[in-house]
Amino acid sequence: MKGDHHMILRVIAKCLIPLIVIYAFYVQFHGEVSAGGAFQAGVVLAVALILNALVFGLTATMRAVPPWFTRSLSALGVIIYAGVGVWAMLKGGDYLEYQALFGEGPGGHDGQHAGIIIIELGVLFAVSGALTTIFYALAGRVAEIRDEDW
Amino acid sequence: MTDAVLGGTGTALINILLLAILFVVAIAIARLRSLFAIVMLSGVYSLVSAAWYILVDAVDVGFTEAAVGAGMSTAVLLAAMLLTARTAKPEKPFSRIGPFIVCAAAGIMLLYATIDLPPLGDPTSPANSGVGLTYLKVNWYDTGVPNVVTSVLASYRGFDTLGETAVVFTAGLAVALLLGFGERSLADTLRRTPKSDARPPSVRKDGDGT
Repeated sequence: MKGDHHMILRVIAKCLIPLIVIYAFYVQFHGEVSAGGAFQAGVVLAVALILNALVFGLTATMRAVPPWFTRSLSALGVIIYAGVGVWAMLKGGDYLEYQALFGEGPGGHDGQHAGIIIIELGVLFAVSGALTTIFYALAGRVAEIRDEDW
Repeated sequence: MTDAVLGGTGTALINILLLAILFVVAIAIARLRSLFAIVMLSGVYSLVSAAWYILVDAVDVGFTEAAVGAGMSTAVLLAAMLLTARTAKPEKPFSRIGPFIVCAAAGIMLLYATIDLPPLGDPTSPANSGVGLTYLKVNWYDTGVPNVVTSVLASYRGFDTLGETAVVFTAGLAVALLLGFGERSLADTLRRTPKSDARPPSVRKDGDGT
């Protein structure tokens, strides 16, 4: 057993991963006012998880965020998005007509804000869950990533 | 805006520099045989193109390119590379002539098509004067969302975005159905490193792997 020659990598990754996750949520919740949105936030979130898997090992990551969770998250995201459409229909509007969510007339913005925030949450779940599932499926084929493989 | 984009020799120089880097990286990718180097260089390619997108005021596209192209696809390609050989097979001589002719023809057609393109930031171009202008006018009254990109994406074109989300979900589902969910290897590793092990398994495992 040799010394841990990945120490710098580990320490840097440990500092960076929380920042990446916070940045993902920043992008997510500033989607209405700045560049980027739920798609980008979902990708950034998945990348934080993948970085964790690359540095700290796939098994540790799979224990923290199990594969059944990521694929359920992805499905849940699509359900949330489609559910907003059904909600609008139940309120008497068209499918995904956010204006109808709270029964507002033209010029009312509460339904728009709520609708956009909820569907962006759905997109975040769907994108991050699907991308992590893809990574797990690919990386899970090799038992573990050895150093000489890089 | 036209000043920032069209004027200024500095901007033009940065444009030329970034596009030259893209060109060099693309040539290098085409000539390399080592898959690891190719994957890394394609990440570099995405990052440079993201910088270039931002230079031409396509901030959202640049952001997506940096996140998906440089971050996500590099990681996924690395994971895929582990499943296959590390180097591409050497090719027979003259086997590249067919692809070269196709690429050259497509390139010449694209160059020919750029003659008709409106200049960058042209307010009278179809994209800026048609439905785009309408969105900019009615957006604030309709939605009250400051970022028009978001309101078009999520509200006006909400149905399209639902389709895109479903596509992403379906892609994840298809890969998982083809390759398995990665749980078999997890179960294998868990069997080899029993849970009674108090230390995190990754630390010990990576120490062994060297």
